[in-house]
Amino acid sequence: MTSHIKFQVKQLIRISYDFLLRCIFHILSVGPIPTHIAFIMDGNRRYARKNNIGLKDRYRPGFLALMSRVKHCYELGVKYITIFAFSLDNLRRQPEEIQRLMELLREKIEVFLENDGFIKKYGVRLYFVGNLTVLGEDIHAAANRLMEETANNTTTYLLVCVGYTSTYEMVHAFEESIHLGKENRIIELEDIEKQMYMSIAPKPDILIRSSGETRLSNFLLWQTEFSLLYCPSALWPELGLWHMVWALLNYQRHYAYFQKKMKN
Amino acid sequence: MMKISTTLLSRAAALSLNRSTKLSSYFPNHHIHNQHLLPNNLVGPISCFWAHHSTTSANADGNLDKSPLPANLRQELMPRHVAIIMDGNGRWAAKRGHGPEVGHDAGVIAFIEVMGLCARWGIPVATFFVFSSENWRRTKAEVDFIMWRFQKMLEDELQNFIRQGIRIFTIGDTSLLPISLQEVLEHTKEATKHNTKTQVIFAVSYSGKNDIVQACQTFSKKVRNGVMEPNEVTENVIEKELETKVTSIPSPDLLIRTSGELRISNFLLWQLAYSEFYFCQTFWPDFGESQFIEALQCFQKRGRRFGKRI
Repeated sequence: MTSHIKFQVKQLIRISYDFLLRCIFHILSVGPIPTHIAFIMDGNRRYARKNNIGLKDRYRPGFLALMSRVKHCYELGVKYITIFAFSLDNLRRQPEEIQRLMELLREKIEVFLENDGFIKKYGVRLYFVGNLTVLGEDIHAAANRLMEETANNTTTYLLVCVGYTSTYEMVHAFEESIHLGKENRIIELEDIEKQMYMSIAPKPDILIRSSGETRLSNFLLWQTEFSLLYCPSALWPELGLWHMVWALLNYQRHYAYFQKKMKN
Repeated sequence: MMKISTTLLSRAAALSLNRSTKLSSYFPNHHIHNQHLLPNNLVGPISCFWAHHSTTSANADGNLDKSPLPANLRQELMPRHVAIIMDGNGRWAAKRGHGPEVGHDAGVIAFIEVMGLCARWGIPVATFFVFSSENWRRTKAEVDFIMWRFQKMLEDELQNFIRQGIRIFTIGDTSLLPISLQEVLEHTKEATKHNTKTQVIFAVSYSGKNDIVQACQTFSKKVRNGVMEPNEVTENVIEKELETKVTSIPSPDLLIRTSGELRISNFLLWQLAYSEFYFCQTFWPDFGESQFIEALQCFQKRGRRFGKRI
């Protein structure tokens, strides 16, 4: 009997919480909603140390947090999400740490290929952006398969930056546009932008870096020239819905002033 | 009703915003020494009655040797290159019921003070975002005033730059500036070229994207002429071709942006790849020694990893 009442109470709390969330989302949707949010998922190692999680499972809480972020962005109406999964600078880390990360990536790609419930629910189209040769042949092939299988989804776009740094992206874009220069055409800004890996998405409206560090670490330097930067001190697995709401409120608060500045 | 709710929610949230929440003081921390006459063509539409002239940050006995750092800063952790986006002049003036020109005028005083602090504390390079390529969209009156005030500052402060050992550089498309300002800038650069204590870079009519594009155009011509191969274009090579090649430390360690705006706004996009950002709520005219010390203290506490684990 007591356990039945407890269950009922829990259900009631959950229903009330969901209702409160829906109210907040409705209120937020009255103001401008960003089209694209980018995340630097910093703080996984510190979180693992804080919670005594071993190397084997170090990045799993971070992955769960990512799924929650995708869900919240979907509910808020944010169409594009970009995450900084693996930087070319991270290749300087310990080999076993890199290996764990790659194993997690492989595992999750295979899970999505076999059971696409999450992808279908949120209509996610996946892109892997960057120098994918760092993944190794088999993960690279699996990533390509996942991109092909989700190519028809149009609700949410998840861009996973792997083997990526912004300066590498710009060099790659230069090389492509330099080939255009051989035809005696002067290279313009638009030519370079077309060759960028991130040309598949609009510029980020907000860039969120967790763990309190306030730097870009060679991520989306070209694209974030006018993006709002938000650096909460929460570690990546601790980042929650309320941080998203706060980021959105900040965005809405700056929006009118920023639009006025751009028009002037 | 929904719009009011959103506004109330965001205003309530704004009360406990950022990590650094310095409220701008109502009164500027400057002393008025002289009143300067405005040029005749700018007197009419502009009511600027706070034309400051400040003495330099040099101390009273004229000793311009490097000063010791404030006690809470460590020499070995000082940034080698500080970049500053001097934002908030317009809002500072609007809060006091004046036009933006009053804010720019007060901003120049803060500008001179911070340059002097960089020289005193031996910061090797300081880049100031004086005027962006987007700022050309402002009203002609405001742009004309900024150009005039900047030129006046250069003319008035040249001897102080020389005494403080400041060498001046510029980056940006200076061909768009008024001819008289271009001439004064060239003269200032020439007159300070033997100074070695601090390199101060003025980013005038500057766009971080255009900086990268001009480097690309240079290389595309070299490739077209057979002077270099496409695969020779690497990140290091591009960095050496950006306009910040005037200095041996092109990448800032620390970027400071005042006035609470949390953006890069097309400033040194490539060069800021690993820079620490410091955003404060203070409007630029109120940014002085204590705010600069706070920014430097914050920088010194940070652990920089450059993508790997220390």
